Amino acid sequence: MTRTMPLWPALLILILAGCSDSNDNWHGKDIAGLMPDLEFRLNGTDDGTVTPDDSKGNIRLLYFGFTSCPDVCPTTLSDLRRSIHQMPEEYQDDVITLFVSVDPRRDTPERLASYVNFFGDRILGLTAEEPMLRKLTKRYRTTFGYEEPDASGNYNVSHSSAVYVFDREGNARLLLRPGLSPEQISEDLAQLARESSS
Amino acid sequence: MQVMSNLLPYDFSPLTLLSYMLVLGLYGVALLKMPGHDRPGPGRIVTFTLGVMLCYAVMQTRFDYYSQYMFFVHRGQHLILHHLGPFLIALSNPLPVMRFWYQRISPSVHYWLQPLGWIYRLLQQPVIASVLFVGLIYFWLWPPIHFDAMLSRQLYWVMNWSMLLDGVLFWWLIFDPRAPAMTNALGYGKRILLLALVAIPQMILGAWIVFSRGMVYDVYEVCGRAWPMPPETDQLLGGLLTWIPPAMMSILGILIVLRRAMHEDGKYPQSHSLAGGNP
Repeated sequence: MTRTMPLWPALLILILAGCSDSNDNWHGKDIAGLMPDLEFRLNGTDDGTVTPDDSKGNIRLLYFGFTSCPDVCPTTLSDLRRSIHQMPEEYQDDVITLFVSVDPRRDTPERLASYVNFFGDRILGLTAEEPMLRKLTKRYRTTFGYEEPDASGNYNVSHSSAVYVFDREGNARLLLRPGLSPEQISEDLAQLARESSS
Repeated sequence: MQVMSNLLPYDFSPLTLLSYMLVLGLYGVALLKMPGHDRPGPGRIVTFTLGVMLCYAVMQTRFDYYSQYMFFVHRGQHLILHHLGPFLIALSNPLPVMRFWYQRISPSVHYWLQPLGWIYRLLQQPVIASVLFVGLIYFWLWPPIHFDAMLSRQLYWVMNWSMLLDGVLFWWLIFDPRAPAMTNALGYGKRILLLALVAIPQMILGAWIVFSRGMVYDVYEVCGRAWPMPPETDQLLGGLLTWIPPAMMSILGILIVLRRAMHEDGKYPQSHSLAGGNP
């Protein structure tokens, strides 16, 4: 009995390590197996329906936001843009950002198009009616909510601040939490691109 | 219409619905069929049903939606699943109902249920029971685990069910209606000690969350809140719900056990030979 005692702490550490992000190779949070693969049916900015098949073979970055977002969304999107620019050149065209607006009342296709164009050409602006968005956000265990509009009709929207990363096959792989630097994001994306480019 | 949609589950789990229907169904049938002198009175029936329905409500109505996206509502959900619901269920003393069904199960099934009995007796060792009771709270609130549990649907269900089942086990140990003087149920002094001991680590955890300067649980930030609320407020409220109500439940439990101990004082002969193996 006493001889096996020293094993317990080691075993405990092993168990606990298995529960947390044990994979140190990623800066983001490894969500493989925790989250379902990429699936949606949303409206693009030019009157067409967009599904994951349209961007198959690419690494997809899914982000929920709204165009009137004061700080979080523009910062995240410009960080993503910088991260992609810092990747090895051969992979830069393999990454597509999917910006899903959870504020369809204000974000018309035109408004969404001009907003995403500001952040480069490999970014798609997407949205849908609220029930559809509710279904999609539920799938990725996130949500959004609206504040009461003020006198001039402006309101804040609560939404996810993380970026979901899907690999070329559409499997959920990483969750980029706020606070990661563009360099770290870039390393993760490059690693993901290398692993599946053949 | 709005009321209806609030009563429907946010994340429908057939297994959960079936389990609740089974529990209420078995309870109801036993009430109808059991002899009158065994049957619990209306107060106890209401207490039992209330406990079960409270747990159901936080798992399979719109409440669950808010629990997934607001930290303080999540703490409220666990307060009910781990404390209030099981507290009421155990307090209602469903023992006659369980006995009723146990007598109707054929001996061969009894044989197969034996391992379950061993696990039950192991989990009801006072030390194991209290470590498990507090340990589960700490486990699911450990930030990396909490993050995963809120991200993964499977883990989320495992978390809620483990809290509920452990809550029932613990409060059943505390409110076991069998008199310790006559059976091998846990002594009242030990029950009071357990209640006091489990309150302390919960208060420490709650206070730690309340006084944390940074964001301890960023998953609610990452996944978006049900409505825009400052993260600090959410965390503060959640911490308070972890800190104060569980401690109050312990105190309430102590008062109830004390009252029972005083009622039974001198009621049973102290002879151990009669008691049937009470150490």
